[in-house]
Amino acid sequence: MRAVTTAETAATTHPWAIHAQALKVRAGRHLAVDGLELRLGDGVHGLLGPNGAGKTTLMRALATVARPAGGNLTLLGRPVDGRADLRPVRRALGYLPQHFGFYPRFTVREFVAYMAWLKEMPKAGIPSAVQRAIDRVGLSAKADARLKTLSGGMLRRAGIAQAIVNDPQMLLLDEPTVGLDPEQRLDFRELLRDLGTDSCVLVSTHLVEDVAAACTEVVLVNEGRLVWQGTPASLIAQGDAGHAGDSAAERGYSAILRRHRAEAAR
Amino acid sequence: MSIHPTLKTISRYAASDPGLDEASVWSLEVHLEGCADCRARLAGSTTDESRAVIATIAGRLDAQIAADPAPPRPAKVRLPLRQRLFVTTLLPWIAMTVAVLAAAALLNHFLPQLPSVVLLLAPLAPLPGVAAAWSRRADPAWELVSSTPATGLTMLLRRTAAVLALVVPVLAVAGGFQQLALMLLPSLAFTAAALLLGSAIGVHRAAIALMVAWTTVVVAPSIAAADLPALLEPASAGAWAALTVVLTALTFLRAASFRRLPLS
Repeated sequence: MRAVTTAETAATTHPWAIHAQALKVRAGRHLAVDGLELRLGDGVHGLLGPNGAGKTTLMRALATVARPAGGNLTLLGRPVDGRADLRPVRRALGYLPQHFGFYPRFTVREFVAYMAWLKEMPKAGIPSAVQRAIDRVGLSAKADARLKTLSGGMLRRAGIAQAIVNDPQMLLLDEPTVGLDPEQRLDFRELLRDLGTDSCVLVSTHLVEDVAAACTEVVLVNEGRLVWQGTPASLIAQGDAGHAGDSAAERGYSAILRRHRAEAAR
Repeated sequence: MSIHPTLKTISRYAASDPGLDEASVWSLEVHLEGCADCRARLAGSTTDESRAVIATIAGRLDAQIAADPAPPRPAKVRLPLRQRLFVTTLLPWIAMTVAVLAAAALLNHFLPQLPSVVLLLAPLAPLPGVAAAWSRRADPAWELVSSTPATGLTMLLRRTAAVLALVVPVLAVAGGFQQLALMLLPSLAFTAAALLLGSAIGVHRAAIALMVAWTTVVVAPSIAAADLPALLEPASAGAWAALTVVLTALTFLRAASFRRLPLS
């Protein structure tokens, strides 16, 4: 008889990894996320939207960094608004902020290990988990280089390594492809598909192409609200030759935004 | 657990008897995976032929393992104490505190008619460092760190301990190792008060409020009157100790307020 682990038979108590109802989050005094309704399960979700749409503020709220100003937010089946205990959710969370500060004197390995320690991973498993995360983002050759000696793209990959070191159930990546060269972006898409098979990955980006190529679902926000949610194929189907954009996905994106703005103006 | 197969079935399996049907083989194999006793019986029933095959395979595997390079061991990660405690840039604040205390010590040295300025300022000494320890400006990776489960009262206390470890020896030296209890206990009480008040209005604001209040209510009048207040007489050391304990206990009750770093 094969031993079945409890993780395999555990009942999924949450139908959605991310569930936001009428979510409101402030950025300074401005209400950057205003009444957002969002339900995301496992898979890779691309978060698209124009500048100032509230993408980064939404990411911060989902990463439990920013406190929601209103509405309900449930992550992995646990409420994270108000005074709830955030530790169980944070242990299962991976987050790459848009601009991440780092300690210039740390090596890549020390940085990822420090983050693994902060994520309260079992001490014995940290060195191998760190090595695996660094290998997965293709930084093995630079594992013992200090962070201040790395290029922008390498730093971004070190950031991705710290986000995936604890095999998160929920992975939030804010502009992960900035500074990556075309070949690295292809590798990154491959990594995304791999990660999305058994966890909820939310990727915020401006590159519509990345979303169309690597995501199972597209989420479009504007002015702090959900505008559209659907598969990349239906995003492409929204646009036709008359809309702005160089590719089918870009035309679909601009078609949805234009229609939404026309409805809002009415 | 299923019923153990008979020794006869095991022998037939070991001899790969074609008379044993597929379903029986499956159920036997499933049982063998989970039953060490039956595996031992199977080992006893093996034929010479299969023993020879196993020995050949084992020999070849050993040769192959010896020929291959050893798998690379993941390098050990060292996390020195320095990195865990001083990732934050607390040092400028501590340096400022040291400078102020040194100035106070000099003032006492040249103007002996004044009450001990070091003693008057001692309660406030850790507060700038404590305020910096719980603000996002102090830690370049604050956004990464504040999304981890380690963020909370424990992290704040660890950083506060680092501040105290630096400030307390400076206080002792600046005060010339006189009246150590009255140097240290009020500063510990003020640290605990800053954390407790900080759980309601933010550690940064709490530290500023306490510094302003102590300066206007105690420091300024004492210097004007050239006399130490009763609060800082040796007799009140016990009261300061009790206050520290109470405030620290209350801070632990308010742990839920420290789950997120303040965003501003």
